[in-house]
Amino acid sequence: MKTENFDYKSIPGWGMDMDPENEPTYPMKNYTGDDHKRSEYEKSSQQPVDIEVLKSNERPTYSAVFGSSVPPSGLSGMIRRYAFKHSEDRYRHWIPLIIADRVNAVEGIFEDLKKGTIPNILAERGWKSELKYNPAGLAKKVFVGALVTSFVITYLARKKG
Amino acid sequence: MNYRGPFRVRAEQRPMPEILHPEDAIIRVTRTCICGSDLHLYHGMVPDTRVGSTFGHEFTGIVEEIGALVTNVKIGDQVLVPFNIACGKCNFCKQGLYGNCHESNSMATAVGAIFGYSHTAGGYNGGQAEYVRVPYANFGPTVIPADMDPDDAVLLTDVVPTGYQAAEMGGIKEGDTVVVFGAGPIGIMAARCAWFFGPSRVIIIDHLDYRLEFAKNYAKCEAYNFKSMPDPVLFLKKITDWYGADVCIDCVGCEAEGNALQTFTGKITLMQAGSATALQWAINSVKKGGIVSIVGVYGPPFNFVPIGNVLNKGITIRANQASVKRLLPRLIEHVQSGRLNPKGLITHRIPLEEVSDAYHIFSSKLDECIKTVLIPSTKH
Repeated sequence: MKTENFDYKSIPGWGMDMDPENEPTYPMKNYTGDDHKRSEYEKSSQQPVDIEVLKSNERPTYSAVFGSSVPPSGLSGMIRRYAFKHSEDRYRHWIPLIIADRVNAVEGIFEDLKKGTIPNILAERGWKSELKYNPAGLAKKVFVGALVTSFVITYLARKKG
Repeated sequence: MNYRGPFRVRAEQRPMPEILHPEDAIIRVTRTCICGSDLHLYHGMVPDTRVGSTFGHEFTGIVEEIGALVTNVKIGDQVLVPFNIACGKCNFCKQGLYGNCHESNSMATAVGAIFGYSHTAGGYNGGQAEYVRVPYANFGPTVIPADMDPDDAVLLTDVVPTGYQAAEMGGIKEGDTVVVFGAGPIGIMAARCAWFFGPSRVIIIDHLDYRLEFAKNYAKCEAYNFKSMPDPVLFLKKITDWYGADVCIDCVGCEAEGNALQTFTGKITLMQAGSATALQWAINSVKKGGIVSIVGVYGPPFNFVPIGNVLNKGITIRANQASVKRLLPRLIEHVQSGRLNPKGLITHRIPLEEVSDAYHIFSSKLDECIKTVLIPSTKH
């Protein structure tokens, strides 16, 4: 609660960055008035585009440098290529990207298996820390999971019988 | 660090990054953090987060290799690297909008480039690694002052500038009442930095008692748990003489709690770009003619926000990713003078190899976690 007698001015640094000019100003305060010259700057040389880069169609060229961490591939890549045909204003840009991310997660499991790696999903989800710091919560999750699984199995077995 | 899908990350050997442009540098990472906004990636909230990506936009390191045109740093320099990738030369950079550089992100125009933050933010690998490619090395990397604690330095890459800019964008005047939504590391830092602008009250709102207790001690502010009140907006009106706060700061972003409809549409079904509860509360809690400052991360598609109230109340909204490089000189001064103690936020130091557990601890708010630093263990 607010302490009426507390001298907030004693807080280290209180008020020292006060700027009477800072009335909804930034970034306008640095506006140079030469926006008509906005394309006239010394651009860095172009990073070679030697991988597939999905460029926003809201810009005519690639940025001088860009990231190249994971080029599109597989089914998720096809969905992403579709998304990038549409501007950032459209749902048909963003929704396919979200779907592609989900497809990509499944592709990642197949990719691991193809390399001979069985992904340790529990470890990837940090189960060790859950066991250490929240054993009761973990037990509850395991119990609920087991309960739901047994219900499903019982239901399917009955339906089959 | 290798992202494998929502809630799944692991540590594994990856190829060494390479110089791809003459202005690149390769940095050997000495410290890196998990940011609250990394959790949006981890939870699968940010579009175009590809499996195989390495996250991490807060890191310090040692310059290992430089491209042919790099002159600003040399091999062996200890540097902190701002989270936004900026050329320093384009029209936006010239205005100090380094978070909005036009020459670093081909994949989107609405978002600047950020290390390890999805292809929407440029498709760069991040610093939760042993080595990382740093573009525009003549501009971004900043040599760490000799007398600076490395733990302070790593927090200057994002947490401190973002918290400070959140307060700065609030246009805080002497005597103002400031409300900060979210007591994560950025919210706590925003509350602490708000005092530099001379308010009479700083109030922080969250739903976790341990974070509120931490905020109260670290940021010397009032702290309230919104779960203990029937209506946080009504509560804030009541304690501000029924007028509302002068400045409200949203440090939460797309994973806000506290509103069932926003949770269902924004977090569960992803029908909007995350839950905008904090923003809704900020708009509705600020006074008429007040300022709402947003640094919480939202996705690119639409959000359910009470825009009619923005109009009717005459609110000014100011928002951006922090322009780290612009703020660094001032913030280094604050740290060196002892007015700011960034490393005081750090509660966990975890080897990079245990990145899966580190993410889970932070995401699930286990062990009273506020801020985690990951350390590539073979390097220290």
